[in-house]
Amino acid sequence: MVKEEPEFVNRPDNTAFTQQRLPAWQPMLSAGIVIPGFVLIGLAFIGIGIALFVTSQNIQVLEKDYTGVELNSPCYKCSDSNVKNCECKLDFSLDKLFEGPVFFYYGLSNYFQNYRRYGVSRDDDQLSGDLANFKEPSEDCTPYQYDSNNSPIVPCGSVANSKFNDTFELYQIVNGAKKLVPFDGKGIAWWTDYNVKFRNPDVVPLRNAFNGTVKPIFWSRPAYELDPSDPANNGFVNQDFLVWMRRAALPDFRKLYRRITEGDYATGLPAGNYSLEIAYNYPVLSFDGRKKVVFSNVSWMGGKNQFLGIAYLVIGSMCVVMSMVMLIVYAKFKFPEDE
Amino acid sequence: MERLHWVRHRCRQLLAADSGRGWYSAPDGLPTKSSLETHSSPFRFSGKRRTVFARHGPRQQEYEATSKGYQGNAIRTTKYSLLSFIPMNLFQQFHRAANLYFLFLVLLNWVPVVEAFQKEITMIPLLVVLTVIAFKDGLEDYRRYRFDKRVNNNIVRVYSGKQKAYIDQRWQDVRVGDFVRLSCNEIIPADMLLLYSSDPHGVCYIETANLDGETNLKQRQVVADLPLQGVEFTPESFHSCIECENPNNDLSRFRGYMEHSSKVRVGLHNNNLLLRSCTIRNTETVVGIVVYAGHETKAMKNNSGPRYKRSQMERRLNVDVLWCVLLLIIMCLVGAIGHGLWMAQLKDPVFLVDAETSPALAGFYVFWTMIIVMQVLIPISLYVSIEIVKLGQIYFIQNDLALYNEQLDSSIQCRALNITEDLGQIQYLFSDKTGTLTENKMVFCRCSIYGMEYPHEENARRLQVYEPEENEVAGRSLTLKSGCSAKSLSCRSLSCNHSSVSLHTLTAESEEEEDGLPGHTQPRTSAFCSRMAKEVVPDPELVRKLNCLASPVLPLSDGSSGTPSSLELTYIADFFLALAICNSVVVSSPSQPRHVVPEARTPLKSLEDIKLMFQRFSFSPFSALSTLSPPQTKDSPRSFTSRLFARGKAGSFTPAAIPTTTKDGADPGQEADLEASNLRHKLDSPGSARVEGGDRGNRKVEDRETEDEDKMASLGGATEGLEDLTRELDADSNADDELVYEAESPDEAALVHAARAYRCTLRGRSAESLLVELPGIGCLSVRLLHILPFDSTRKRMSVVVRHPLTGQVVVYTKGADSVIMDLAEAPQGAEQAEERYSHIRGQTQKHLDSYARDGLRTLCIAKKILEEEEYEVWLKRQLFAETSIENREELLMESAHRLETNLTLLGATGIVDRLQEEVPETIEALQRAGIKVWVLTGDKQETAINIACACKLFRPNDQFLTANCGSKDACEALLQELRLEVERSGESLTEPSAGGRGGETSSGTAAGFILVIDGRTLDWALQEELKGDFLELSRHCKAVICCRSTPLQKSQVVRLVRDQLSVMTLAIGDGANDVSMIQVADVGIGISGQEGMQAVMSSDFAISRFKHLRKLLLVHGHWCYSRLANMILYFFYKNVMYVNLLFWYQFFCGFSGSVMTNSWVLILFNLIFTSVPPLIYGVLDRDVAADTLMELPELYQAGHTAKVYVPSMFWLTILDGFYQSLVCFFVPYFAYAGSDVGELSLGSPINTSALLIILLHQVIESRTLTWLHVLVLLGSSALYFAFVLLFSVSCVTCSPPTNPVGVETLQMSQPLFYMVCALATVMALLPRVLYRALHNTMHPSDVLKAAQMDKLDPERYRRRMQHWNQTHCRTKRLPVCVDNPGLEPGLEPGTGSVVS
Repeated sequence: MVKEEPEFVNRPDNTAFTQQRLPAWQPMLSAGIVIPGFVLIGLAFIGIGIALFVTSQNIQVLEKDYTGVELNSPCYKCSDSNVKNCECKLDFSLDKLFEGPVFFYYGLSNYFQNYRRYGVSRDDDQLSGDLANFKEPSEDCTPYQYDSNNSPIVPCGSVANSKFNDTFELYQIVNGAKKLVPFDGKGIAWWTDYNVKFRNPDVVPLRNAFNGTVKPIFWSRPAYELDPSDPANNGFVNQDFLVWMRRAALPDFRKLYRRITEGDYATGLPAGNYSLEIAYNYPVLSFDGRKKVVFSNVSWMGGKNQFLGIAYLVIGSMCVVMSMVMLIVYAKFKFPEDE
Repeated sequence: MERLHWVRHRCRQLLAADSGRGWYSAPDGLPTKSSLETHSSPFRFSGKRRTVFARHGPRQQEYEATSKGYQGNAIRTTKYSLLSFIPMNLFQQFHRAANLYFLFLVLLNWVPVVEAFQKEITMIPLLVVLTVIAFKDGLEDYRRYRFDKRVNNNIVRVYSGKQKAYIDQRWQDVRVGDFVRLSCNEIIPADMLLLYSSDPHGVCYIETANLDGETNLKQRQVVADLPLQGVEFTPESFHSCIECENPNNDLSRFRGYMEHSSKVRVGLHNNNLLLRSCTIRNTETVVGIVVYAGHETKAMKNNSGPRYKRSQMERRLNVDVLWCVLLLIIMCLVGAIGHGLWMAQLKDPVFLVDAETSPALAGFYVFWTMIIVMQVLIPISLYVSIEIVKLGQIYFIQNDLALYNEQLDSSIQCRALNITEDLGQIQYLFSDKTGTLTENKMVFCRCSIYGMEYPHEENARRLQVYEPEENEVAGRSLTLKSGCSAKSLSCRSLSCNHSSVSLHTLTAESEEEEDGLPGHTQPRTSAFCSRMAKEVVPDPELVRKLNCLASPVLPLSDGSSGTPSSLELTYIADFFLALAICNSVVVSSPSQPRHVVPEARTPLKSLEDIKLMFQRFSFSPFSALSTLSPPQTKDSPRSFTSRLFARGKAGSFTPAAIPTTTKDGADPGQEADLEASNLRHKLDSPGSARVEGGDRGNRKVEDRETEDEDKMASLGGATEGLEDLTRELDADSNADDELVYEAESPDEAALVHAARAYRCTLRGRSAESLLVELPGIGCLSVRLLHILPFDSTRKRMSVVVRHPLTGQVVVYTKGADSVIMDLAEAPQGAEQAEERYSHIRGQTQKHLDSYARDGLRTLCIAKKILEEEEYEVWLKRQLFAETSIENREELLMESAHRLETNLTLLGATGIVDRLQEEVPETIEALQRAGIKVWVLTGDKQETAINIACACKLFRPNDQFLTANCGSKDACEALLQELRLEVERSGESLTEPSAGGRGGETSSGTAAGFILVIDGRTLDWALQEELKGDFLELSRHCKAVICCRSTPLQKSQVVRLVRDQLSVMTLAIGDGANDVSMIQVADVGIGISGQEGMQAVMSSDFAISRFKHLRKLLLVHGHWCYSRLANMILYFFYKNVMYVNLLFWYQFFCGFSGSVMTNSWVLILFNLIFTSVPPLIYGVLDRDVAADTLMELPELYQAGHTAKVYVPSMFWLTILDGFYQSLVCFFVPYFAYAGSDVGELSLGSPINTSALLIILLHQVIESRTLTWLHVLVLLGSSALYFAFVLLFSVSCVTCSPPTNPVGVETLQMSQPLFYMVCALATVMALLPRVLYRALHNTMHPSDVLKAAQMDKLDPERYRRRMQHWNQTHCRTKRLPVCVDNPGLEPGLEPGTGSVVS
């Protein structure tokens, strides 16, 4: 006789999917459902908020502006752009131990490292050690591609050119004598930048690679002589250079300069008087910028930041309050269609 | 004789030309006229012509010379070829504004000063979009290609010059000039001239359903004067050449001539042309020569492309996209100005790259840069997404089992792919009646003969319970599959299922399968010869009476016990004879595919012999029958019947019998008048004197008949041989019981089947005669003298035949009751007869009224006996009319009018056009859903009202407003009056007229108004001055019924409502007369399966039953709308939210167009990481379960009150997007402010939290989460994390200005990152969660409440559902409305109408 199945060629499949009968969870938000969620989130946030707040409170930060705008500023004399190789000294005292490891930052304000055209002005191939780009830097680098003699600039581009070139030395005044606080300049840059992204050309000695090129216009020393003390810290893998090349996200930023992790200061800066000697080179006044140095220790959540803790607390308590409001609403409007 | 033959031929031609139109369509003489023109001037050509020679004929050279330019028969409907695909498709795609925008962005990015990203990155969106669309197009084109291939590879028998025989060839190899031989049920491969038909008359029948959806057979004629007829056609000897016009798309016109070698020219016209994709029917073999092939055929020239409709939501969407453009421009302007100012206040800093550019210019550059950066704000990918989502939605619609019809094995066809969400916003539904609300399966239901009603209760019962039975049929039928499906979509011109099932195989099929087969091989006939129509259960009473006719026992009793009088018997016999022959039904039987030619049948011949014998015996041809009737003792039912018919004649010769005859009624009386007018006075006076009561008279008749019989008995011996013959014939006729009737209209078929149920079987038809089998008599050949075909002005048709038994010329007329009742006049003379007759008339009228009330379609049957002289006179006039060229129509009409007077009313029939299953429920649901249902029908008012009532279009207390006007002024006055009335009661009931768009259902018990308007009044109402009133009136009415409306009016009404009220309209219909309406409406729905494919072809969706509309609209429409609306809103939100992150950053980077994200991530974020979840959301989201939506149609109103996608929602969404982006940006900002965070390191938590927010936002917004959602959501985020991590590890120099190496790895190793993301996410989503929770708790929407019900256990669900139904619509379910008092006033169209 007639077989049932093959007849209905056009018959749709009777599956949960094609018939839109897939088992589904319906996330219908109503006061009843939301209350427990809110309470939980609220409590969790308050907990996190407290932890963050306490942690943040425990972080010590010492910021010193040394732009020299004010007359009484020790660096006032240096703020004049005509003065070259100016040095100034910033004295400060700590009345208690600044717990280590202490991170030493320099900070710039109103400095737009995120300006698009500034950020674009670099040649990544050159920075990864491609010698071809030593001869012919990328178009992106203009106007810091070639100097006035048409010699290629290495490293080219605006970012490299504007590298921060103030240097600092910190002394503790112990009984009137200056005692150098040793800075640790290793590992301040990202591991990936140092090991992966930025590469010197495989030329020994390094300076040969730079034959026929000129240093960036603002630079006082060529790239291969950035750190005379450590030959490995030269060229494109110079730690300061690497830190600078990581462009800051915001116009007020700080960048890690050194860490204080060695010798007597491994546990931190003891209370006492200190003197920071600054080689003041970097011009910021032309754009109303500010320069500062920052001493800070860090926690698991990074640097000092009150915002997160407070925000967590606020949101957490808001959730709790809301859950109470919900409770009232819930009691009032519970299944109105039942009655 | 020659002349008569020609006339008959012309008659047939006219019939063929006319047969396209059924009972209801307006008369339009166009086809007839054009065929006439062709006749008169066949050699007028328009434009150029083509010459065709036989390809393998003797004139090879000429063939070669002429046919070079003619296309072959291969077709190619694909848009692209393999080579041209890429350039062509690209060209096509760039016609779209969206893609041009992308292209513009790409080009913009090539301008160095404004370059924002790497050049290749901006190309990605464009490439992705182009690829997706190209892939889709390619797939579609491939489908077309495969389809073409299948069509092209169909096999047909073509004459081969080499083998001198017909060989199998593929369609694509057929060339112009080929001789093609086709068998019955084969599809015609190309336009060809009919040269030979196996039919001795040189005709062949074709079915054009594939072409124009018309389901009746059309006759085609072999080219005139071909000397080859009769013998098998020999292609070698075809010396003629054919000149015809160049290919065009006019299906009803073909002109040309054939020039024989003797230089004789023969005109060719449309009647000689077999059109491609039509099907040969009822003809064993035909041979034709191809004149147009492939794309030059008329079918292909008529093939139009797929539909493109723009949905309403898409229009809304475009507005909002424009808002987005504005927003983008504002944001970019802010950026530009900000950058200019920033530049201006800078004093040569170290980080400044070029100081030369002036701030203003820099600002200008930044403007463009920003446009590139923020391009995603314009949700261009939205268009692609919408297309994909709609495809997904359509996939689910097509796969819905509830929309699948097992009987036809067809599920819904979605022909327009881009208006799914319009289904969810329908406010007005315009429905055809016949075939849409009803089955269009006419079933004979009741009849009234001789003023007696035969209720056919058994039949009615069966009609009610037939459902399972039919299912069973469906279950058994093997071969139904190709019926509808094969004609789907693009099949339009080329139904290519090779359905040339040979007839021999057909006959071999068992009876079992026979039932299903018509649906397969002849889908059209399935409508008219369905099992239903065939199986009429006869009324026992009527059967008994008919048996009296056949039985040897004479009805001697007084009729008090219900025994029929002989007059009544003649009425009954005439009635059924009329049912059987008064039509244009074509008979075919599977065992005898060819047109049955009665002359060829031996029984008939012998019957002729019998007649001759009768005549030889008789002194008068008419009395002969009665005298020769066989004796009673023999089992010969025929005798009595014969006598019955003959009696009138006999009576005129037997004065004694006269009184009884006259008493019996008009019919014999009239005969007597005509035959023997000299005896009239004698006839009249005794008749009136003798008859006091019917009973006594009856007895007298019987007495007389007994006398007659005695007389006959004496002559019995002579008819011995005759009896044997009859028995033989009966046996023979039982053998091939499976007759297939192919009727123009289902009514006709129903009547023929009904007659057959009473064993009054139409067995065959030829041009000259009909073969009818009568109960107890056997097969008779009825000479067909004329057919006066149906036309809608006369509203009747007639046949003029020579009565098989009496030899008289009889006119049988069948038509609308209103006309026939007027024409059927009481005979003058005998008072008694008159009285009797008026009694019959009165009774019949009463029955007719009751039929109409029950929603039956009524027809009256009448007859008239013509005197020979009278006939001669009329014939002359008729012939004159037929042959005249001018005023032909008028003359014919006049002639018909002259004939159709003084009719004798035999009886009336009630045909039920059963409602489709679940129609009332569907209509009720749709009305509860706030959809106003209008019924537009060509039927008359009463029937329309009744069907509408049966459909529960009204509630018991609804009030009818009837508008039937004679003039425009009256119409205006009426409309205003009705309007006032409605408004008055509207005020008192405080009906929601302001919110009248959907509020009706909630107004519960308040009585609604039903406007019933007829075609003429509608004409006035549609005029410019009155349409305002009309609309205003109809807006207040719950439902409107337009009866007697023409197709044009239907579309006018739809257009009026659509444009003036700017509402979403849906039109549903099944026939060719609904096409215009379907095309005009926002959503056109065709009902497939019954009346051809024309409505389907022009529709957006094709369903097979009306009830499917319920799920289609209430569930799929609702879903599609809410899904798409939510998805669109979500898309806007998503884009605003994400783009604003970039915008906020501009405030911290000197508006320089920097981004804190890697540009790859930026582009891919929208394109990949967050693109699939909205699609899933758009395809799968389900706010309320299907069952609940079906149960609570009120939920549908969310769609057309457009609660989901409205401007306020749009702006709320945009606002939310702004808020979320603020949070998402500033939480990380403050968390990292002042630290040594790098550009990308800041972007990392921002991006991540943006992703989380966007995905979780969707979780909040979506109403269902299935494993698919979870999968996609998890997949999306996993993809994001995988991508950024991989990118930060591997992309050393791949993204030049930025330095992504190590960013993410470092970030994600720090707890702060997670702290920030968690905070931003929670903070961003908090308001929405809060809003949703509070709103859902305090002001839950209906949809939400319903959704909550879904979650309940079944018991509580049911309880809640009941409660809902009580509160939301206080409407009670209606009882069946036949016994519905509320209906009564409406039936008398006087209540509210002003007739002038």
